[in-house]
Amino acid sequence: MDLQIAILLGQDGITTGAIYALLALALVLVFAVTRVIFIPQGEFVAFGALTLASLQGGNTPATLWLLLGCGVAVAAVDGLAAVRRGDARRLVSILGWNLAYPLALAALFYASQPGAMPMLLQILVALAIVVPLGPMIYRLAFQPIAEAPVLILLIVSVALHVTLVGLGLLFFGAEGTRTPAFSDAQFELGSIMISGQQLWVVGTSALLIAVLYLFFGRTIYGKALRATAINRNGARLMGFSPVFAGKLTFLLAAFIGALSGVLIAPVTTIYYDTGFLIGLKGFVAAIIGGLASYPLAAAGALTVGLLESFSSFWASAYKEVIVFTLIIPVLLWQSLTSHHIDEEE
Amino acid sequence: MKIKQLAVLCSAAALLVSQPVLADINVGVSLSSTGPGAALGIPEKNAIALLPTSVGGEKINYIVLDDGTDPSAATKNARKLVTEDKVDVLFGSSVTPASLAMAEVAVESQTPLISMSPINLPAEKNVWVFRTPQHVNLMASALVEHMKLKGVKTLGFIGYSDAYGEDWLVGIKPMLDAAGIKLTSTERFNRTDTSVNGQVLKIVASRPDAVLVVASGSPAALPQSSLIERGFKGQIYQTHAAANPGFLKVAGKAAEGVIMPIGPVVVVDQIEDSHPSKKIGQAFVKDYEAKYGAGSFSSFAAYAFDAGLLFKAAVPAALKKGKPGTPEFRKALRDALETEKEVVGTDGVFNMTPTDHFGLDARGRVLIRVDNGGYKLLGK
Repeated sequence: MDLQIAILLGQDGITTGAIYALLALALVLVFAVTRVIFIPQGEFVAFGALTLASLQGGNTPATLWLLLGCGVAVAAVDGLAAVRRGDARRLVSILGWNLAYPLALAALFYASQPGAMPMLLQILVALAIVVPLGPMIYRLAFQPIAEAPVLILLIVSVALHVTLVGLGLLFFGAEGTRTPAFSDAQFELGSIMISGQQLWVVGTSALLIAVLYLFFGRTIYGKALRATAINRNGARLMGFSPVFAGKLTFLLAAFIGALSGVLIAPVTTIYYDTGFLIGLKGFVAAIIGGLASYPLAAAGALTVGLLESFSSFWASAYKEVIVFTLIIPVLLWQSLTSHHIDEEE
Repeated sequence: MKIKQLAVLCSAAALLVSQPVLADINVGVSLSSTGPGAALGIPEKNAIALLPTSVGGEKINYIVLDDGTDPSAATKNARKLVTEDKVDVLFGSSVTPASLAMAEVAVESQTPLISMSPINLPAEKNVWVFRTPQHVNLMASALVEHMKLKGVKTLGFIGYSDAYGEDWLVGIKPMLDAAGIKLTSTERFNRTDTSVNGQVLKIVASRPDAVLVVASGSPAALPQSSLIERGFKGQIYQTHAAANPGFLKVAGKAAEGVIMPIGPVVVVDQIEDSHPSKKIGQAFVKDYEAKYGAGSFSSFAAYAFDAGLLFKAAVPAALKKGKPGTPEFRKALRDALETEKEVVGTDGVFNMTPTDHFGLDARGRVLIRVDNGGYKLLGK
């Protein structure tokens, strides 16, 4: 092993680590605000990537029908409640977001050729389809049981994961796809070759992390989410609705997931079930951050990425074992040092 | 009193209803039509639907289950098929680990199993298990011959970290030694891996003349394109499990020039007319594509169809010895599977013997090169 190889492995590790970091942040965020261990996070990665791939293939992605279906379900549940209360303004907004929006997207497909759009537009359309699924799923699956213990939320989360993977197979088939790279550019830095796609992944991840940092530090919604994470009841007393917090969190999580999918789709083959393993590695990183600390989770993600890349070089047969064994010393350390206060007591 | 009458009535009715079912031949099929092996399981499931529904005047019922590429689910399926559905023969599964799991149940319940995966078993378990794909060694020897011909001296190996990868490594190692070809590095990866750059770097750094990739379907495209990206210029070999449209689609340009051993059915239009499988193979591909769309055919469909053909050839002899649904029939079916000679399948000619439960010979393999996104038959 010479320096050249070490640098290549390091590059690879940082690129995958950047994706794991995004997912770890989403997992920490969802857990902190809603106490849900969001296992389907990885499915958004796969849905994002595969939706983009089927757009590029000139097909109407089947996730659009999922969006329509979820929209109808949410509109039925919420719309009925609004009608009962006679709240006309709320009814309009519910119908607008959950029915008119998916229908408008469907109309867009009916009217135009998605295969012929420029790539940036395709990416935006893919995100526009997948991201709203986040809050809809929160409304349907988690909002009714928002006060339930963590274990029940976890069970629902697992069920949701299995459902979404099954739908993924139905929508996209068993075969994987790869999308063309954002740019074919290659940069030479001394003896190191850096591909344009790697820069896109790392750059976008870094940018997104910075934006999230500003969002949580400077905006009222970000601060409210942080307040909800620290003390749900306190935030509620201050007039910040936990339902809204949940939806906003899932919107962010779905956005991060789908964007990660779009970013890695040109680097690797994405299958309908690839998301789970990527999500799981993000989860290992999130655990390193104690499911609470964002910087630690991001550092953990880079560690996981680098460890994965170097262990695939040295001992490829034991790669996954090495990566997932990392969680044991971390858990040991955390159980020895943290002063855990159980909220439910 | 009433309940007792009802119970008697019900059991009588059940007896009447189940009577015709008992006479039918039941085939239990467990395939990986979801999960990581779905690219193999789906065409196999499609092919089952094209199999004959009666042989020698007996109706044949196919009970098809999905094991999700999970060995424990495959065990459960096999057990359910054997105990509840009382099947006479088992077909399955699509991937090696799940097939090994089914083989356990087949041996335990003394039910013949025809597997669509080239599994290796110890002799005492092998008795009840037959396979339709080519034995790994048959395919490996074709590749090693080609390597010798092209003067390959060193070979890099990257394969699945499961039984399929292991079988290939164990099978090809002695042949390579005999041919004087050195293995420079042996790397492993998983079906679900998103990157194999580490492994590929190590292989490229060891500077082999050629690389063998042991993987199936579209996951085989990842090492393929990574090798090309890292500037590997030597010959790349893939195994027959990689020969499906998914691999070609995902690997795209990176797949050009790759050489793989394959069943003749995949290039059925290119093989010479004297090949025994040409006619039946062409007919099957035509039927399959008529039903599932042009270009949808893959070799996995042929594995499943050949399982049906082997079974069909064995039924007449077995019917003479016992009634379907009985242990005698299953035993007779097993014996017939082993003794039938020159059974022409879509993918070669089967001659099972007590020591060889694969049965295919050199007529069951050809070498092909990927050329302009299609397969081109390599001359002898």
